Amino acid sequence: MPDLGPHVVPVLAAYCISLVLLFGLVGASVLRARRVKRALDRAEGRSEDG
Amino acid sequence: MIALLMRDLTLAVRAGGGFGLAVAFFLIVTSLVAFGVGPRLDLLARIAGGVLLVGALLATLLSLDRIFATDREDGSLDLLATSPIPLEAVVLAKAGAHWLTTGLPLTLAAPAFGILLNLPPAGYFWVSLALLVGTPALSLIGAFGAALTVGLRRGGLLLSLLVLPLYVPTLLFAAEVVRRGIEQQPTAVPLLLLAGITTGALALLPFAASAALRVNLR
Amino acid sequence: MSFWEFANPRKFMAWTAPVLPWVSALAALALSVGLVWGFFFTPNDFRQGATVKIIYLHVPAAMMAINAWVMMLVASLIWLVRRHHVSALAARAAAPVGLVFTAMALLTGAIWGQPTWGTWWVWDPRLTSFFILFLFYLGYVALWQAIEDPDTAADLTSVLCLVGSVFAVLSRYAALFWNQGLHQGASLSLDKEENVADVFYIPLLFAIAGFVLVFVALVLVRTRTEIRARRLHALAMRERMANA
Repeated sequence: MPDLGPHVVPVLAAYCISLVLLFGLVGASVLRARRVKRALDRAEGRSEDG
Repeated sequence: MIALLMRDLTLAVRAGGGFGLAVAFFLIVTSLVAFGVGPRLDLLARIAGGVLLVGALLATLLSLDRIFATDREDGSLDLLATSPIPLEAVVLAKAGAHWLTTGLPLTLAAPAFGILLNLPPAGYFWVSLALLVGTPALSLIGAFGAALTVGLRRGGLLLSLLVLPLYVPTLLFAAEVVRRGIEQQPTAVPLLLLAGITTGALALLPFAASAALRVNLR
Repeated sequence: MSFWEFANPRKFMAWTAPVLPWVSALAALALSVGLVWGFFFTPNDFRQGATVKIIYLHVPAAMMAINAWVMMLVASLIWLVRRHHVSALAARAAAPVGLVFTAMALLTGAIWGQPTWGTWWVWDPRLTSFFILFLFYLGYVALWQAIEDPDTAADLTSVLCLVGSVFAVLSRYAALFWNQGLHQGASLSLDKEENVADVFYIPLLFAIAGFVLVFVALVLVRTRTEIRARRLHALAMRERMANA
């Protein structure tokens, strides 16, 4: 850990919050992408048989 | 177009919710601030100008969803869209009616309510002027927002979410006019910029609003 | 092969499929390099101490917050003029990303400001403008969600984006004026040029590149999702009508 001096809390807080937001957004986007793709594959499979 | 204006005005007066409601709301909001902030006159004097501007702005919001909604429900909006007058003129007429029944009464009422907030003497003129120049912009921007949400059943809250950020430049310049006026500083620049927003809104928003209306009437 | 070929959803899906993993990998790489370098291997600032390290988050986030809106504006214009559905969906896809970047800029800005200004929030022109931008993003996203018909939603949100852009620029100047008068210097703002000496500059470039690539990757992923969702919706409608 570099010497953050008296500013440990702000710097770490800024990095933590940003990474949480970033990973949250990426995670949500990827999860939704997978969910929709699955649903579409199912629906297209159905319309091919039906 | 004048006929449309007169029709909307008569409807507003007859429905009773017209000017009375907005002014009453303005009065209540003003008093609520006093209740929330405390009765110290020196404190109230410092925030009075801004509170009056915000109160008027919020009161303008109240009747926005009725600008187009009632006409859409009974089908008269379709008739207006296909009539010989351009839809942009319809939007202007409706925004005009809205201003006459909301913005103008609020502007006239503001000095009286300023008394409740211990508005500094110089403030009376500047608040009134800022409201006079700024409220037409609020009606026009509001009409645009109403046009966007006219198709939605409970669009009132969304309308506020869309319109309030658009109100910010108007409010910022009006607040500057009031602040500088009270402090005896020159107010020409913010006043001109405020007038610029109103003129710009007058020129551009009827087109944007009618585009939105046409989409919603498809 | 003209750029407009991408307007075709099938072509868009086909073309972006192989590209996406590379963009994502590059994004992760650039971002890691920028942030790790910036956090661990740069000195503290003479005046601001270690808080200057927040620059590697705040500046790229703020830049992308604006760029995302500009991209949405361009995409909205393309939709209104050329009616390419991919464009409208791309705008829809970009909005939540812009929203998160704006929030990141606001939060890191406030956290950075606390030691520097002594308070968590100030209404300085820059933070004020970003706050207003955040509200514009909220409204845009809300409007997309409120309208059922996809084409109507695309049209209305595009018009909102256009009008919103004008007002966003207006707000920038109004906030500047309101806080400090039009021609005074920005005394409180975190001026990027002032603070960025060479030793900080290169990791910052990596961080900015990382954020740009993250934006591109996310918009690609989300647009692909929107295209699939649209197709799903169309299939469901067809089924409903066939069964009716």
